[in-house]
Amino acid sequence: MTKPRVAIFDFACCEGCQLQIVNLEEEILDLIGTVDVVEWREAMSEQSHDYDIAIIEGSITRLEDEKRIEIIRSRAKILIALGACATIGGVNKLKNNFSITDVKSCVYGKHADMPHLDTYYTKAIDEIVPVDFKVHGCPINGREFAAIVRALLLGKKPFVPDYPVCVECKALENVCRWEYNEPCLGPIIRAGCEAKCPSAGYRCFGCRGYVDHPNVDAAREVIDKYGLSLDDLRTRMVLFGSKQGPTL
Amino acid sequence: MSKNIDINVHHITRVEGHGNITVNVKDGKIEKCEWQVPEAPRFFEAMVRGRRWDDIQTIVSRICGICSISHSFSAIKAVEDALGLEITEQADKIRLLLHYSEQLQSHVLHVGYLVAPDLFGEKSVVPLVPKAPDAVKTIIKAHRVANQWSELIAGRITHPITIIPGGLSRIPTEQQFRDLQNQLKAIVPDLVTICKVVLSVADRLPNFIRETEYVSLAKKGTYAFYHGDITSSDGHTKPVREWESVANEYVHPQSTAKWCKWHRESYATGALARYNNNYRFISPLGKTVADMFGLKPGVCGPFLNNVAQLAEAAHVVEVSIQMIDELLTKGLKNEKVVVKPKAGRGYGAVEAPRGILFHAYEFNKNGECTWGNMCIPTNQNHANIQKDFEKMVPEFMHMGQDGLRQTMEMLVRSYDPCISCSTHFLNVEFV
Ligand code: SF4
Ligand code: SF4
Ligand code: SF4
Repeated sequence: MTKPRVAIFDFACCEGCQLQIVNLEEEILDLIGTVDVVEWREAMSEQSHDYDIAIIEGSITRLEDEKRIEIIRSRAKILIALGACATIGGVNKLKNNFSITDVKSCVYGKHADMPHLDTYYTKAIDEIVPVDFKVHGCPINGREFAAIVRALLLGKKPFVPDYPVCVECKALENVCRWEYNEPCLGPIIRAGCEAKCPSAGYRCFGCRGYVDHPNVDAAREVIDKYGLSLDDLRTRMVLFGSKQGPTL
Repeated sequence: MSKNIDINVHHITRVEGHGNITVNVKDGKIEKCEWQVPEAPRFFEAMVRGRRWDDIQTIVSRICGICSISHSFSAIKAVEDALGLEITEQADKIRLLLHYSEQLQSHVLHVGYLVAPDLFGEKSVVPLVPKAPDAVKTIIKAHRVANQWSELIAGRITHPITIIPGGLSRIPTEQQFRDLQNQLKAIVPDLVTICKVVLSVADRLPNFIRETEYVSLAKKGTYAFYHGDITSSDGHTKPVREWESVANEYVHPQSTAKWCKWHRESYATGALARYNNNYRFISPLGKTVADMFGLKPGVCGPFLNNVAQLAEAAHVVEVSIQMIDELLTKGLKNEKVVVKPKAGRGYGAVEAPRGILFHAYEFNKNGECTWGNMCIPTNQNHANIQKDFEKMVPEFMHMGQDGLRQTMEMLVRSYDPCISCSTHFLNVEFV
């Protein structure tokens, strides 16, 4: 059997998710052994148009990039969105709080109309082409990524948690941030990060996006104890992928 | 030798972000020689408006995955300046330790994974594995230790969680600091090994020199990464609050990222700039590494940036081992941070691994951001890369198309650019 050919592409993003792949260190060498990496601009010079799996990092912010992602989609059998920028638009969506003219003139002043500085509203990948799998997080959890790729290579459906961060957080016995009146979004956000932020003494700000089914015990407990509501928590989701009215 | 050269490198590889090189030589005459940055801009200065003072670092850390710790620090320093916050000596020390971890992590990644393939004549680090397995293993080990070091203090390797305005949200335990210190002691010999491997192929670094203004932080008595004033190798100094009149950003048609200049047409920032402005205060091991390569203060060879990175990698490890002793002798205290927002404007600067990094923000009385401006090291180097190209092409034309292209790509890589972040900003006054 020939090895599946994998290509990694990046759009508007910080490239931090690719870095989590590099950070797998030895494990990445094992993974690379089971596939053929045919294009990965950040790590190698080779480039190719012939691939089975396309891994996409970053959001789409320009019309020319919409075309590029459509071409990639047409060539790939499987398309994976890597990280919050690709899955939900990430912090890039904060741009959508303002008009495009305003955003451009804020940054480029009187040069805002130069054609090479053109930009458009931020879109997640699945707002343009169908996405087969999403690896959540900003940045992604490298171990979760490796598990998803392994499952795909075995032809299995990868496991992605559909319960809120509170479940992982409680299991780690963290003190709840609401105890200090810090607005933690754990009850409405998809787990899988090992409750990274509350474990570091900080509130969850929602980088993994909304969970489909928030109504599980651990989250209920927090919501009841601190008198929260799901709607109120949703209005506090201002940093990742949710369009909020500007406060200015 | 062919008299015509046509180089068109679309999206140079093994750098962070996108950059293009275009060279056109007809009958031995250079018609075009351009460094272009077409990366999609991300507009962070616009996006931070309306966001709260304690959400800023979470947003702008996402400017760059490789220097996320430096972006958080530069932002936090600006926020603390705006809000008039002082941090404790303990918090300052622990932050500095965290900042050093990013220097090591980034330098090892850059020299080991991105530059080494050039020196060994390979296209990526993967074919290097069978060629130099021990060297690759040592590089991986040093990189892993650096990552664990960041993770211990920041709560995560990339996009730090614990750095908050006024201090830190959580600090490691004494035992964790002790374990870290042991790990650092253990990788000292590994760093020396990596330096020796690079030294063995250092003759492949192209011999190219151009008189350059070098800009970095500097502070008497220390090799500055986090504290100090803005300093130029041409002998000028300015306080961090005046960074906008150092960078002098301007829009260039070749680039979605803005360009910068101070006293000359262009300036350079990065490890070599820091070395040239701070070499008196490098640690003994850092000096040993610099001497190994014959790196003399005042050198103007962009390729020597990679050597300065190795000297700095040794320096930060050696200095950190000592700092952990100082922290533990004093005893760790649990410090609670309480902040009351107020209106004001603030400026911050730290040295990211690839050079000096500036942030500035203004807040209204509710602590909502009304204005932001950032200027990253790669932007500051764009004009200098262009100037290097203009001197390099005639000097290296005799190498022919492929040789010249490879040398130019290596030049860009030697600056360790993160182009993805260089297109996120600016907010310049246009007169
Ligand atoms: S999701 Fe976050 S870490 Fe990943 S590329 Fe986007 S900004 Fe960077
Ligand atoms: S709300 Fe409390 S329990 Fe839930 S994730 Fe946040 S800190 Fe943890
Ligand atoms: S705790 Fe929340 S913000 Fe932090 S990594 Fe997990 S999902 Fe993202």
